[in-house]
Amino acid sequence: MKKLFGVIVGLLVVCGLLAFGAHRLQSSTGSTGAKVLNLYTWGDYIDPSLLTKFQKETGYHVNVETFDSNEAMFTKIKQGGTSYDLTVPSDYMIEKMKAAKLLLPLDKSKLTGMQNYDPRFLNLAFDHNNRYSVPYFWGTLGIIYNDKFVKPGSIQHWQDLWEKKYKNKIMLIDSARDVMGFSLASMGKSMNTTDPATLLAAEHKLNRLAPNVKAVVADEIKMYMIQNEAAVAVDWSGEASEMLDSNSHLHYVVPSEGSNLWFDNLVIPKTAKHFKAIYAFLNFMSEPKNAAQNAEYIGYATPNKKAKALLPKAIRNDRQFYPDNRTIEHLQIYKNLSPEKVGLYNDRYLEFKMHH
Amino acid sequence: MQRKQRLSRNTAYFVPYTLWILLFVIAPVLLLIYQSFFNIDGQFTLGNYQTYFSSSTYLMMTVNSVWYAFLITLATLLISYPTAYLLNETKHPQLWLLLIIMPTWINLLLKAYAFIGIFSQAGIANQFLSFMGIGPKQLLFTKFSFIFVAAYIQIPFMVLPIYNSISELKPSYINASRDLGATNWQTFSRVIFPLTLPGVKAGIQAVFIPSLSLFMLTRLIGGNKVITLGTAIEEHFLTTMNWGMGSTIGVVLIVAMVIIMWLTGGSGKRHTRKGLTK
Repeated sequence: MKKLFGVIVGLLVVCGLLAFGAHRLQSSTGSTGAKVLNLYTWGDYIDPSLLTKFQKETGYHVNVETFDSNEAMFTKIKQGGTSYDLTVPSDYMIEKMKAAKLLLPLDKSKLTGMQNYDPRFLNLAFDHNNRYSVPYFWGTLGIIYNDKFVKPGSIQHWQDLWEKKYKNKIMLIDSARDVMGFSLASMGKSMNTTDPATLLAAEHKLNRLAPNVKAVVADEIKMYMIQNEAAVAVDWSGEASEMLDSNSHLHYVVPSEGSNLWFDNLVIPKTAKHFKAIYAFLNFMSEPKNAAQNAEYIGYATPNKKAKALLPKAIRNDRQFYPDNRTIEHLQIYKNLSPEKVGLYNDRYLEFKMHH
Repeated sequence: MQRKQRLSRNTAYFVPYTLWILLFVIAPVLLLIYQSFFNIDGQFTLGNYQTYFSSSTYLMMTVNSVWYAFLITLATLLISYPTAYLLNETKHPQLWLLLIIMPTWINLLLKAYAFIGIFSQAGIANQFLSFMGIGPKQLLFTKFSFIFVAAYIQIPFMVLPIYNSISELKPSYINASRDLGATNWQTFSRVIFPLTLPGVKAGIQAVFIPSLSLFMLTRLIGGNKVITLGTAIEEHFLTTMNWGMGSTIGVVLIVAMVIIMWLTGGSGKRHTRKGLTK
């Protein structure tokens, strides 16, 4: 009897501690005071001085929490127990969150800056009429090369990666969709294909690239390219812009035959609570001056037309990060695929990794 | 009565740890097994296991994982046994032991990043090679560097148990063996090694099992040239969100570990028993 009692007391104590812990965690992310905004975003994805400015102007304090992948963010919001007011998913993830009913529609009457955005980046397939999302940044997938090892201009297309002279010289970003995607693009296929035979062909083509592949890595790619460890890399434009800032030998190319065009948009997850602060923030970030400051700090391309006009000429006219219209026309946005199809991409990609 | 009281007090001491085990060891493993029976649509199925055992990719990955874990263990053992042996001969073994254990105080990721610096094109290792006239070599992203770094990380866990069993070895056995005319090699292979075998087995368990699922290193140091089951688990949980398949691979890994435990643990007992009846 005593033993049983002990066990029960023990259990109660543990439950109590867990409940206390959960409460503490919750209050740390979503301080319940009215003058806050809980922003859930990618690491280092907003100029901190803008947050101070926002607080000065509106009085709302911004709590920032970060994630490192769309999937991790999705899981955390879906599980609940959080109180994020705004988050920044990429295009296909917005589609997925919409389908999972995790997003709240925007109240357009409270938005003041939508006319600042380039119409090319509004009303896209992943969110018609921008019912749920406000553009934040956009970018591409492309090739970075080091002119110490590669003659400038000699890499223009995906197909160039397959050349024998790049044996053991190329680093790839560890992402199934992107690696399979550029293989598909090099064959002139859609980067959203779900045809198993086409995907198999893309894998076989990647297997032929294997001798040129030095490594398949993640964020470290940035560090390696800056340190001249590899001659060529396939990575996203945002990462590339950071690399280019630190190593003047690096160049970024978006193959004109097609590549991925991606968007990160601000959305309101269903966990949101501080609606006044949300709209104040969305309008604040839509102001050309603030968007331009953010774009200059982060180095990604801004979808805000008026903000782009405010950027220094050298950034504004940089074809690497603001490609010409002809290239943009060939870029493809990833569609949200069903879990089976995502699995198909990943299986093929895993086989390629095994092969290499 | 008093004895009974003491008994119940003793059981009370076990409560925290039992709860811990139930909540954070038993329950997760059960959940993992439970999850492995569901497909991506949340339907109950045995399909994940069928996929696993009929897919050459997963089977190759399993072979790869076991093979690399074996190589890492072998490399670690070859370095650790002589080290532990010499350690026992030194004047201040505790000090040397402390130096060997010291790297475990440093975070694994930091150590991996340090090796990236050492092995990179402009790193110390290549500077040395250039100085020797061999010229810079590609060190990072090779199978060699992967095994090297993994062995570096695992060595303390192998040295400790071996050192313990060697230091427990009575010098009188070795003296007796020499008195009876055994050569150095015979002394080692017939007396020292068999008597320190339990330490070696404990070391193998401590190294082989974690090595099966090393996955940060496969990317950071191996550049994904080495693909193990850990890579597949990460992918299923984070990208494809096929938790069922990820759990299935996890269950297979657990079973593999149990087999290793059983092989290294069980055969040891049989061995000594055989030795006794002889």
